[in-house]
Amino acid sequence: MTQAKVIVGLGSCGVAAGAKKVYDKIAALQVAEKLDFELKKTSCIGMCYREPLVEIIDESGSYLYGDIDENKAVELINQHISQHNPIKDYVVHTDLFETVDNSYTDDQVKIALRNCGYIDPESIDEYEERNGYRAIKKIAGSAMSRLDVIQSMLESGLRGRGGGGFPTGLKWKFANNNKADEKYIICNADEGDPGAFMDRSVLEGDPHSVVEGMIIGAYAIEATGGVIYCRAEYPLAIKRLEIAIKQARERGYLGKNILGIQGFNFDMYIKEGAGAFVCGEETALIASVEGQRGMPRKRPPFPAASGLWKKPTNINNVETYANIPWIIINGAKEYAKYGTEKSKGTKVFALAGKIKRSGLVEVPMGMSIRDVIFKLGGGIQNDKRFKAVQMGGPSGGCIPEHLADIPIDYDSVNSTGAIMGSGGMVVMDETTCMIDVAKFFLDFTQKESCGKCTFCRVGTKRMLEILTRITEGEGQEGDIEMLEDLSYQIKESSLCGLGQTAPNPVLTTLKYFRDEYEAHIIDKKCPAKVCKPLLTYTVDPEKCTGCTVCAKNCPSNCIDGARKEVHFINQEACIQCGACYSKCKFDAILVN
Amino acid sequence: MRIARIRKETTVTEQVPIDLSLMDPLIEKYKGKKGNMIPLLQGTQELYGYIPREAFHKLADGTGLKLSDMYGVATFYAQFRLNPVGKHIIKICHGTACHVQNANELSEALEEALKIKDGETTEDGLFTLESVACLGCCSLAPVMMIGDNTSGKLTGPQAVKIVKNIRIAENN
Repeated sequence: MTQAKVIVGLGSCGVAAGAKKVYDKIAALQVAEKLDFELKKTSCIGMCYREPLVEIIDESGSYLYGDIDENKAVELINQHISQHNPIKDYVVHTDLFETVDNSYTDDQVKIALRNCGYIDPESIDEYEERNGYRAIKKIAGSAMSRLDVIQSMLESGLRGRGGGGFPTGLKWKFANNNKADEKYIICNADEGDPGAFMDRSVLEGDPHSVVEGMIIGAYAIEATGGVIYCRAEYPLAIKRLEIAIKQARERGYLGKNILGIQGFNFDMYIKEGAGAFVCGEETALIASVEGQRGMPRKRPPFPAASGLWKKPTNINNVETYANIPWIIINGAKEYAKYGTEKSKGTKVFALAGKIKRSGLVEVPMGMSIRDVIFKLGGGIQNDKRFKAVQMGGPSGGCIPEHLADIPIDYDSVNSTGAIMGSGGMVVMDETTCMIDVAKFFLDFTQKESCGKCTFCRVGTKRMLEILTRITEGEGQEGDIEMLEDLSYQIKESSLCGLGQTAPNPVLTTLKYFRDEYEAHIIDKKCPAKVCKPLLTYTVDPEKCTGCTVCAKNCPSNCIDGARKEVHFINQEACIQCGACYSKCKFDAILVN
Repeated sequence: MRIARIRKETTVTEQVPIDLSLMDPLIEKYKGKKGNMIPLLQGTQELYGYIPREAFHKLADGTGLKLSDMYGVATFYAQFRLNPVGKHIIKICHGTACHVQNANELSEALEEALKIKDGETTEDGLFTLESVACLGCCSLAPVMMIGDNTSGKLTGPQAVKIVKNIRIAENN
């Protein structure tokens, strides 16, 4: 009989949901009861909405259990391990029988995430068992030339997964064409887009695939040094990358004459970012690695000609690198089988917001947005009405429900005014106010603007002021036109991607939800009931029991009424704080 | 605009002497290396929780970096602090997912309970409240992080309770 395996998902979200406690409990139980099974750790399995997750693999197959707390963990070990009796009610995924959550994984194709949730990210052996470092060995063994590698990237159709969508092969070709004694390859792991966590999951779950992707890139462009620019807010990712780089060095994947390729000397280190969204921009990132303020500069020269320390430099994103070993092993044609004509392969999305199943999914390009949200994501929380999905973060836009059937590829998403971005998908329902969302993003870009270009620095501030005014009920005629005018000017007159895309959240919400802007400005109403100054609170006399809770909690003492009698809100003194609404136990406060 | 990060000099009520010799190994490690400014500032902040004024001078003397350059970098990046912080830093995530799941409620509840505003420190020096852009745990929105401890799917009262428990533990 083979030994059973118990695997606990210890990614950042898993740990936040209590997975570490579950792991410790199982470990203690194993020792106390001298149980015979192998206890292992892995990282993000992708089903974040079911965290903490525990997988048990025995001779009958694999069972993924969800929502496991310490008590359930004990139950699992007792039933499944000791008595060989799987607890079907807790299973969220298995190939052995149908579960409600099977549809979450059915339509996914895992390439970038091929190892996430399967391996212990701190073990190079487990990575090697799953074809790890076979791509670089294949290159060394078959004498694949640098141009062959680049050609195969071009044929695969892989485009930059950080959001830009620039063909990776072409980028490598430019860097290869520029000859210099030193060249650099950089991994952009400064995932600053609020609402996206794909890169974190890949770095925490499969750091070696990124390291190997960078080694292949270094070979292709003849890089001498590598830098992973990672957010300091991702301590676990940094720790695991450090382990991976050390292990790769020990096995000779980094160092001098790598795998016997004469003259291929390459090593890398991690550079911790210090928190600036603009450092996602290539030239700003380079300035930051050099220890300067992360401010973008004019291009050309492009980094491929003059980048880090004025040497030719190639920058790709985490997910792009994670795809590369797979493409080398399986061939460009195999990769290009997935996707649409101009967008090949797969894309990882972080599903979040008002969605039933939030988590990490990898789907072939060309799947419709609706399928991702409803088939994989299970639809909207509490079965509310699906209103829009935000793609591309502060540089992207809100795609309304009526456009949800468009296929996910770079060009179709761009045509809506949003962008593919790095892969954040934040789902919004009827209780989300679109002006509030636009204001949220403008507040973000306004704070993150480096200040170099006047239009971005001052323009975003003025736009934010107008949006704030609108949400506070002080909107004026002409505000919409002013917003549009400022948007186009900022887009035209900014040097880098931050400014050029900063107005997108406003432009897309203006395009698809203009009526909501008008309701705020003209009728002084917020249809989603979010903007508090625009709301009126009244007491429903049918439901009010006269319990006096609202009156006691009212900070402006504007609620009158005797005990056990219907209460009354004095509208003139009401400051629209919403305290009565959140305190009432009988749903007797009406909001309009 | 990042210029907003430049804080006015605050009046320090209680001047705790700072042991600058702690920085010696750090300066030794990075002295003369190119691109060393950010790691030096990060290392200094790791030691003291913020970058004291004296530390800038010590870095300038020890490495030859210019004070103006260092000040420029320290005020550019969100990570660097120029004022002392509380023992526990409460980070409230205001990423997109947390925003639509009402992260404002957490901030408001904590501001009320601790009687401080965003970016401020409580009088007893125990807590600093900080809004951050995204902690990357979007599926658990809204999220709060204290030290290495992340808690998700919170309501205002739950967040306040966690903080109160820390205060009780500290006072015992």
